[in-house]
Amino acid sequence: MNKVNASVDIKTQPGFKAVAILCLAMLYTPILVLIIFAFNAGNLMMHWEGVSLRWFGVALANQDFQSAARNTFMISIVATLVSTVTATLAAIGMTRVKAWPGMRMAFMIINLPLMVPEIITAVATLSFFALLAKGLGLNFGIGNIMLAHCVFCIPFAFMPIRARLEDMDLTLENAAADLYATPWQAFRRVTFPLLVPGIASGAALAFIVSFDDFTITQLVAGPGQTTLPLYIWDQTRRPMTPEINAISAVLLLFSISFIIISFLIARKRK
Amino acid sequence: MAEPVSKAAEIALASQKNAARRHQLLAMPSLLIITLFGIGPLLVILVYSFLKAAPYGGVEWKFSTDAYLNFLFQRDIFDDTLQFSPDYLFIYLRSVIFAVVTTAVCLIIGFPTAYFMATRPPEQRSWWVLLITIPFWSNLLVRTLAIMFIIRDEGVINTVLMNWHVIDKPITMLYTNFAIVLGLLYSYLPFMVLPLYSSLEKLDFRLVEAGFDLYADKRRVLWRIIIPLAKPGIVAGCLLVLIPAIGAYVTPLILGGGLHLMIGDLIAQQFGSGRNWPLGAAQALILMAAVMVALFFYVRNSSGKMHHE
Repeated sequence: MNKVNASVDIKTQPGFKAVAILCLAMLYTPILVLIIFAFNAGNLMMHWEGVSLRWFGVALANQDFQSAARNTFMISIVATLVSTVTATLAAIGMTRVKAWPGMRMAFMIINLPLMVPEIITAVATLSFFALLAKGLGLNFGIGNIMLAHCVFCIPFAFMPIRARLEDMDLTLENAAADLYATPWQAFRRVTFPLLVPGIASGAALAFIVSFDDFTITQLVAGPGQTTLPLYIWDQTRRPMTPEINAISAVLLLFSISFIIISFLIARKRK
Repeated sequence: MAEPVSKAAEIALASQKNAARRHQLLAMPSLLIITLFGIGPLLVILVYSFLKAAPYGGVEWKFSTDAYLNFLFQRDIFDDTLQFSPDYLFIYLRSVIFAVVTTAVCLIIGFPTAYFMATRPPEQRSWWVLLITIPFWSNLLVRTLAIMFIIRDEGVINTVLMNWHVIDKPITMLYTNFAIVLGLLYSYLPFMVLPLYSSLEKLDFRLVEAGFDLYADKRRVLWRIIIPLAKPGIVAGCLLVLIPAIGAYVTPLILGGGLHLMIGDLIAQQFGSGRNWPLGAAQALILMAAVMVALFFYVRNSSGKMHHE
């Protein structure tokens, strides 16, 4: 008993608990205030006139909001599908295998989008697509944004898939091979099912970074290609009403529930 | 007799080569996408930075080093001489100072938080990680707007203080340097806490115990044992905050209100209202070079570590 107490005590440091609580308060107060004021009944942002869902109704009924939401989901879903599939293939080809020529280089290429500051990627991609449009007459429309998103979604999808593969036991696949499974059968029946949780969290990460992206989308987007973050930004340039709180709250609640659900799924799997 | 053996070896080698080719092929789609649409654009701005600006945005295909000269000098309109003009340099310096201050404060708040998390019972730890992860993955623009709602003249802080008659006039916080650093701190705090946590979670507390056995007090244990052991996490966390903070775009855009620029906004401006793409490209590449230097030191540092162990 005494020993347990002592071992707990040696771990604590004075004041650290207070700082941890302060840290959480700092991270959550602004988000909570924003969400609470989305439920304000009045027309002014800071005059509380009672609880109401009025502004959520106004926000969701807005045509511009709906088209921005459509664009956002279209872009995020395409970027997630493409990046998850290609990242899964890459992870399989680059994990637990004998190093092939250029594999180190391949790792650097895949991680590169994480190391380049977002604003540089944004202006570079803008210049690139401007050059394609002017020089070759190539313009993929909203596909431009999708391609730009795929680039930074791939490393996010790649990380958890690779981590999962690294943790996996080779003996299971060897056992399958001993039982006369072809390499494809072994992959299809053994490796892939074990890999699914990694693929799921990779896809979740890819989706959330694409869904939330502002900087790159803002510079690459052409007219009529407004996404939700861009729509919110446009709203802040006008006289602000609690409508903007409502839209922001919708976006936040969506991301937060998405994260909590993936967390709970990952926990259950363990 | 030797024939079949070498034949078998040959087949084995060929199948190994096949496997390598297959693995290479699997990685190709990802590599192709990133090379074409990630590295390609970087090469485009590299080329653009050596061209002349077209009057209405875009570039003229004439070689010129004006963009890099413009970074430090301004051409006199009358006698065409170059005059030293440190305006851009100041913005770079400001950005670096803001980023360093942000990193330092993040570390001061983040380290105790991560340590506290790592010393919770395992069941509680995963909830703490979730709590830090939620802001990490929440929309940065919306979180920055949330800060704006709080520190505006008509914001929560000023409204409350005025209702309590602590102040008569709102304290101006928005569109100041303070607002930008606060916003950066708030944006990147989770980037500091998470790597610190993963490094502190693996801390061997027997070493802490040994420290106490040798009559060290809590402070000495913290400074001489815990912090040195957490160094890889500290370095990783600092870089994860420093790099995006130097190139921050959204935070100064919203909280600086265009009055207090950082590098990110400066670059974006050249591609927008500034209509000087080559200058923007050159500024972006200078930022990129700074980031590369930071990463280089990190890689050298961390690989040196591995070597010792």
